[in-house]
Amino acid sequence: MATVVMPKLGESVTEGTLGRWLKSVGDTVEKYEPLAEVITDKVTAEVPSDFVGVLAEILVQEGETVGVGTVIATIVEQGELTRRPVMTEAAAEGTPVCNAAVDSRRSAPMLAEKRYSPAVRRLAHEAKVDLSMVQGTGLGGRVTRRDVLQYIEQKKVAQGVTPESLRSASVQTIGRQLGQSNADPAYVGPQAQVGMAQRASAADVDRFDERVPITPVRHAIARHMVESKHEAPHAWTMVEVDVTSLVRFRDKIKGQFKQREGYDLTYLPFFIKCVVESLKEHPMMNSQWADDHILVHRDVHISLAVATKDALFVPVIFHADHLSIAGIAGAVSDLAARARSGKLTVDELKGGTFTVNNTGAFGSVLSYPIINYPQAAILSVESIVRRPVVVGEDSIAIRSMVNLCLSVDHRILDGWIAGQFLRSVKQKLEAIGDQTSIY
Amino acid sequence: MSVKLYIDAITDAMRQEMERDPAVFILGEDVGVRGGVFRTTQGLIDQFGEERVMDTPLAESAIVGVAVGAAAYGMRPIAEIQFADFILPAVNQIISEAAKLRYRSNNDWQCPLVIRAPFGGGVHGALYHSQSLEALFYHIPGLKVVIPSTAYDAKGLLISAIRDPDPVIYFEHKGMYRLIKDEVPDDDYVVPIGKAAVRRDGTDITVITYGLMSHYTLTAAEELAKEGISAHVLDLRSILPLDKEAILEAVRKTGKVLIVHEDNKTGGVGAEVSAIIAEEALFELDAPIARLGGPEIPAMPFSPPLEKFYMLNPDKIAKAMRELAAF
Amino acid sequence: MAFEIGETAVKRHRHIGLTDQDVMNIYENMLLARVLDERMWLLNRAGKLPFVVSGQGQEGAQAAAAYALDKQRDVILPYYRDLAMVLAFGETPLDILLANFGRANDLSSGGRQMPGHFSARRHRIFSQSSPVTTQLPHAAGIALAARMRGEDLVTYVSFGEGSSNQGDFHEACNFAGVHKLPVIFFCENNHYAISVPLHKQIGSKYVADRAAGYGFPGIVVDGNDVLSVYAHMKDAVERALRGEGPTLIEALTYRLHPHSSDDDDRSYRSKEEVEAARARDALVTFRRYMIDEGVLTEQEEKDLRNRLTQDVDRAIEEAERSPLPAPESALNHVYADGK
Repeated sequence: MATVVMPKLGESVTEGTLGRWLKSVGDTVEKYEPLAEVITDKVTAEVPSDFVGVLAEILVQEGETVGVGTVIATIVEQGELTRRPVMTEAAAEGTPVCNAAVDSRRSAPMLAEKRYSPAVRRLAHEAKVDLSMVQGTGLGGRVTRRDVLQYIEQKKVAQGVTPESLRSASVQTIGRQLGQSNADPAYVGPQAQVGMAQRASAADVDRFDERVPITPVRHAIARHMVESKHEAPHAWTMVEVDVTSLVRFRDKIKGQFKQREGYDLTYLPFFIKCVVESLKEHPMMNSQWADDHILVHRDVHISLAVATKDALFVPVIFHADHLSIAGIAGAVSDLAARARSGKLTVDELKGGTFTVNNTGAFGSVLSYPIINYPQAAILSVESIVRRPVVVGEDSIAIRSMVNLCLSVDHRILDGWIAGQFLRSVKQKLEAIGDQTSIY
Repeated sequence: MSVKLYIDAITDAMRQEMERDPAVFILGEDVGVRGGVFRTTQGLIDQFGEERVMDTPLAESAIVGVAVGAAAYGMRPIAEIQFADFILPAVNQIISEAAKLRYRSNNDWQCPLVIRAPFGGGVHGALYHSQSLEALFYHIPGLKVVIPSTAYDAKGLLISAIRDPDPVIYFEHKGMYRLIKDEVPDDDYVVPIGKAAVRRDGTDITVITYGLMSHYTLTAAEELAKEGISAHVLDLRSILPLDKEAILEAVRKTGKVLIVHEDNKTGGVGAEVSAIIAEEALFELDAPIARLGGPEIPAMPFSPPLEKFYMLNPDKIAKAMRELAAF
Repeated sequence: MAFEIGETAVKRHRHIGLTDQDVMNIYENMLLARVLDERMWLLNRAGKLPFVVSGQGQEGAQAAAAYALDKQRDVILPYYRDLAMVLAFGETPLDILLANFGRANDLSSGGRQMPGHFSARRHRIFSQSSPVTTQLPHAAGIALAARMRGEDLVTYVSFGEGSSNQGDFHEACNFAGVHKLPVIFFCENNHYAISVPLHKQIGSKYVADRAAGYGFPGIVVDGNDVLSVYAHMKDAVERALRGEGPTLIEALTYRLHPHSSDDDDRSYRSKEEVEAARARDALVTFRRYMIDEGVLTEQEEKDLRNRLTQDVDRAIEEAERSPLPAPESALNHVYADGK
């Protein structure tokens, strides 16, 4: 059985339409006798038979358009004598692949003496990485750009963390202490490192004998953090707020609240509420850099950093500006619970416009948060600490004080607006008391 | 907006520009009643007449030379070279005349000319119906050279070329005429000359390419994605001028670059792109710049296994991409 | 030497519609070109101009051809020996000298092109390059564009007999023949392509014979016979304007100087041959004709020559004083946006 295919009638033609069959099934056909008329974009042509025999099947009907090479009919051959030699596709398949253009330079393994790519050397220089400490995953164990970036991330996690807190080190990615940040080579220019003789050397890190494998979530966090630090020039500022009145108020109502709502009323919802109201007053804080413009968000969706044992999630409280303190408390409680049980949906992790980070939960009193890129700013709420404070003209009192730390994308925001915003948050927090409605 | 074939987008651009501007006309071999050997000018003679869709004698230097004169005297000619391979007799007119007219007359004369030339292989065209000749022209200041890879770009770049005050060589890939289709606006719009397009976002390796190879590269990239390799793909679209910023940006994405073109490697567009990267982005590089092109033989042979040996395909490209990713 | 063809200048100029003033104008054009050309050679030999390419010996044919054209209507595509032609179309000696000295305000190219590469859009003179004959398809293109734009004009394109062997000659003649374009192909056959003589350049007797192959008339004319050249040009212009298509005119001339200031012609032709040609030079024969006809006196001729020489000398001084282009201006005008 021989087959007749749709011919390629023209260099750019990819398909043809069967115009008319000139033979019917059962007709005898001679070699070169026209079988059918085929119409393409370029020509109308007769398709001749390549065989002597009987037309057995018509597989493409008149008017049908099929691709070049499609079998359109079969012919029962009268013997095998008339078959012409055909250059089959199979023969073509057997051809060795052209590799003249790919040279073999990359198949040569690296020399025993380590050589590094320009990108790797630049990164190592900028981040003060001892490349001999980096495990290479490239060809022949070559240290790749990605290896260096991952190494830098690992080192940041490992550095400056006390052994007992090492277990939770990976959850602190956002709320890193200022001192650590300065020692964090990827993030600080060389000039900032002058005089930092006490900085841990790369070799110190190697004393942690255990190499912790990097999970996909860890990778995602690392990439996100590096992107933020690369893209957004961070500026940092802090205010201290007297929340004595807030503490008293919350102490007074928390029992009743728990009884009524079934979950705890923490301090965080109060902070979020004041942040949200201040964002409405300073919309530029609720924005993002978009290369040729700044995108100012109308809605306020608060990203809330929630640490779990081995990762960090930042679920979103959508339309936080429509919620009361109690509403926010409910959302915080719900998201935190679901984050820890791994039940957040992907949609709940996207779309935030400003991030609040509760570093106070770790006992921190000062932190330098990394912006949750591409947002414009992040605010961390530190531990509330009772300490002596000068009040009025000349007296000292024991007050409940808290530090609010703010990192901003300096491309969008300057110190003035950051200060205005923090002042607004501070005033609102200090005004909370018995008159405040939580519903 | 409708889905159109690459070839129809080209015809659309010419028709709309001829409707808009009476100075626009087409000249070339078989462009009239035959509508072009590939049918790119089909129907235009009926709408615009035989003077504006002019069949010329079989003489490429005259086609371009006459077009240069007409362009200098207020017209906007579109000179069709039937196959890019046949542009060589017209090279003196292109390089000595069209490219230099404005410069040598100190801006007194100009040459707003489009030269359309179907190029590329894989169509059983053999040595003289398959060549990629862009490297001959991307070296010549005074010319612009574009190579669209989508129907959208085919129309938008051709409209840009026709409206451009300087000579533009517009290479259209024969293999894409009826293979590629995508959404094309019905109205007129332009794709700016000199702007590359990111066709795929990726993090592991960067592939810089153009023409039919853009499609092959995207196919290869999908294959590699299944293996966990994420490829960033930049389609140059314009060869002259090159979009330097886009090239450097694409390099910065991954630090590993492969340049792919159908043309042979030596002295090809990839050589210039490599040089730009080496000059301006050395410290972004995490691997030697890699190039993949046709073999160093004079042109594409006819017999299927020979042609297949010459032509790149998604598999060959995927192989080179894998090697780069592994580096 | 092939000078036996063509009418001789026995016809009086009035018979072909030229007044005394007309022939005076033609002669002044010829003479200005000659005076300027001679000065440029002097400047070259004095080390002031690096290069000169000359039209001496061909001024009669050029000036006659130019007089048959309309400077406001027609477009010319001259070649590098067409000094008399471009002067007739409005370029001044100063324009020419500014180009020769490579000055910033050179009209043709701002100091970019070699001397002799004329161009001036305001004078309807198209720009030319050095690989010869490329201008012929342009002449067809401009004629085509004019027809499409509804303008009546003639394009005049000139070239040497050597150029008539280039593909662009044949392609352009054929294109213009097929489309009956108003182009006058004007071959200034000066008998040498640098050093290669006519009989080694073309297989036929005349370049004009080739016109038959493209379907239009080819005419051979004695290029030193100013009135005859004018008469044939006039016919060709009228034919073109009537829509009857192109004409090829082959004017038989002689190049009195070497190919350029870098050439030495003693290696390929005899002094006697050059001297014989000098005696037939249109500047000699046409001057004699005018004096014999009483159009011009010896004294008037002398005064004219003095006036033109003074004009040229003033132009030289001014050209030398003109500023050179700023080096970085070399970067300008590659594209329309200046870059």
